[in-house]
Amino acid sequence: MIEVNDLSFSYDGNSTIEFPDFQCNKGEKLLLIGDSGTGKTTLLHLLCGLLRPQSGNLNIAGIDINALNDRQLDKFRGRELGIVFQQSHFVQSLTVAENLSLPALLSGTDMNSSELQERTHVLLDRLGVGHKSDARPKDLSVGEQQRASIARALVHNPSVVFVDEPTSALDDKSTEAVIQLLEDETLKAGATLIIVTHDSRLKSRYKDQVELSNIINNPSIAS
Amino acid sequence: MMRLSYIARRNLASKPLQTALSVILLAFGVGMVSLMMLAEQQMSDQFERNIKDIDLVLGAKGSPLQLILANVYHVDAPTGNISLAEAEKVIRNPYIESGIPLAYGDNYRSFRIVGTEHSYPAHYDAIISEGILWEGVFDVTLGNAVASKTGLKVGDEFFSSHGLNDETDVHENKAFTVVGILAQSNSVIDKLILTGVESVWGVHAEHDDLELSVEELYASREITAVLLKKRNPMAILTLPNLLRETNMQVALPAIEINRLNQQFGIGAATLRSIALLIMILSFASIFISVFENMQARRYELALMRTMGGTPLTLIKLLLLEGGILSLFGTIFGLIISRIGLYILAAEIENKFQYDLGDIGLLAPEILLALFAILVGLIAAALPAFRTLRMDISKTLSNE
Repeated sequence: MIEVNDLSFSYDGNSTIEFPDFQCNKGEKLLLIGDSGTGKTTLLHLLCGLLRPQSGNLNIAGIDINALNDRQLDKFRGRELGIVFQQSHFVQSLTVAENLSLPALLSGTDMNSSELQERTHVLLDRLGVGHKSDARPKDLSVGEQQRASIARALVHNPSVVFVDEPTSALDDKSTEAVIQLLEDETLKAGATLIIVTHDSRLKSRYKDQVELSNIINNPSIAS
Repeated sequence: MMRLSYIARRNLASKPLQTALSVILLAFGVGMVSLMMLAEQQMSDQFERNIKDIDLVLGAKGSPLQLILANVYHVDAPTGNISLAEAEKVIRNPYIESGIPLAYGDNYRSFRIVGTEHSYPAHYDAIISEGILWEGVFDVTLGNAVASKTGLKVGDEFFSSHGLNDETDVHENKAFTVVGILAQSNSVIDKLILTGVESVWGVHAEHDDLELSVEELYASREITAVLLKKRNPMAILTLPNLLRETNMQVALPAIEINRLNQQFGIGAATLRSIALLIMILSFASIFISVFENMQARRYELALMRTMGGTPLTLIKLLLLEGGILSLFGTIFGLIISRIGLYILAAEIENKFQYDLGDIGLLAPEILLALFAILVGLIAAALPAFRTLRMDISKTLSNE
C-alpha cells in the first residue's frame, strides 16, 4: 500500500513543489502522469526515498519512510522497491545475470544463492533475454536492456515497482508489449506497479491515475 | 552469492591497462626497496659472519680496506707479502692473544689456495664432512663450495695456477692431493682450498733454496697476512706505532667495513630515494585510477545505492579495488626483488664466489609490505569518501 498526503518538496528552499494526495493498494496499478516540468521525476525520487520531502506523509508498504534514517532508507529501498529507470543502466563489468543478483547482494535479502540463480534465469527467460544472461550489458540491444532492467527490478520480489517513462521512445505496438510485460510480471510477483510518464497513450489504460500539474508555490513571488 | 570483492575484481579487470600500470608501478617501487633491503642485509650478514672475532689484520702496507677485503673476505688482491719472521714478532706481542697466518697467491679454477693453520677452519667452526684436515705438504682440504663446484673428491689430485684468477700459468711440478672436504659453514672458508703454509712455499720453491741454511731459509719465508685476535685493547693503539718503520700495517676490519658501508650507503640512499619516488608515483596512480573509475562509474554507483547499497558499501567497494591493486603490486614487488637478488647473487657468485641466495622474507620487508598496502588503501580512500557526498537523485537525473 502506498499513501501520500500533503507532500511537498523544495530544491532551493524558496520554490516549493506541492504534490496531490493519492493512495494505491497492494498489488494494484497506478499511473502518475504529467507534462514536462510538473515534478514527475522529483515525485518518483521522493517515493523511492532518493530525496527527502519538505513536508507531508509518505507511507510505502506500511512504513513511514520519512521516519527512516539514511541507512534504514537504503536497506528499505533495496528490499521493498524495484526501480526501472528511463534509461537502462548496468554495472558494465558484470554480466547481465550478475547485474540481476546485485539487488540481492546489496540489500541482503534472505534469498539463497541457488534460489537467486533460478529466479534470475526464470525472469530472463520469461522476458525473452535468457540467451543473453552471460553477455555484457553493452552487447544487448536497447529493447533487451529495457527488459533486463525490468527483470532486475523484480528479481528480489519487491513490494512496489516504480517505472520511469517506459514508453517515451516506443511506437504503439512496442508500447503495448512493454506495458503488458510490466503488468504481467508485477501481477505474478504480487507487487504494486507505479508508472511515471508523460505518455498520454497510457491514460485510457488505467483507471487509477494521478495527474500532476505545475503547482509551484513561491513565497517570494506571492509576497 | 556474488560478493563485493568479486565486483571489485571485475571492475579492475574491465580496465586492464589502467590496472596493470598501477600494479607495475607499485611492484617496481616495492621491488627496488625490497631488493636493497635484501642485498644490504645479506652483505651485512656475510661481513659480520666473516669478521667473527678478527680484531686486526696484519699485512703489507697499502690500502687498509684492500687488506681487509683480500684477507678476511677474499674478494680483492692482497697488498703484498710480509716477512714470516717479522709477522711472528707481532704475534708474540703481549697485547696479542693469537694469530692465524695466511699465505696465498695461487688458485685452482679461480678458487684461492690458502696456506694456513688448522686454527683457521676452527675459527669459523668449520667441521670436516669427509676425510681429514691437511697434514703433509701438498695435502689440501676443500671448502664445501669448492668441492661442489669443481667436483673434486677425496683422493683427487690437481695442479694449481699462479695468480688468483688466471689459469694459464700452471705449476705442473707439484700436484696437490685432496685429503678432506669441509661441511658448509656459510663463511669465507666455503670457497677456499686450505693447505699448510709449507705447501704454498713448496709450490714456489726455487732450486737455490736447497743451498740455503735453515736460518736463511726462515728469514726468506714470506706470508700474505695474519688474522690477529687482541688480548688487550692497547694493541689497537700500540701496534701501528711499532710497525711504522716496517713494510707492514695493521687494519681494523670493523672500521674499514664501516667506512665501506658509508661509501656504499650514499649510492644505496640514492637508489632508495628513486625507489620511494616510484612508490609515490604508484600511489598517485592508484588514486587517479580509483578517482577516474569513480567519476566514470558515478551512475553505476548511484544505481547501486538505489538497489540497497549504503555509502559504506560503495566505500568498501572502492577500497577493495585500491586494496587489490596495492596487494598485487606489493606481492609482485616482493617477487621482483627475489628475481633481482637471484640475478645479483649469480653475478656476485661468479665474481667473488659469495652466496647471496637467501630469499626469505625479512622483518623490514613485512613492514614495507604493510606500509605499501596501507598507503594504497589511503590513496583509494581519498576519492572513495567522495561517495558520501554523492547526490543520487541529481546523479541519476543528469544521465
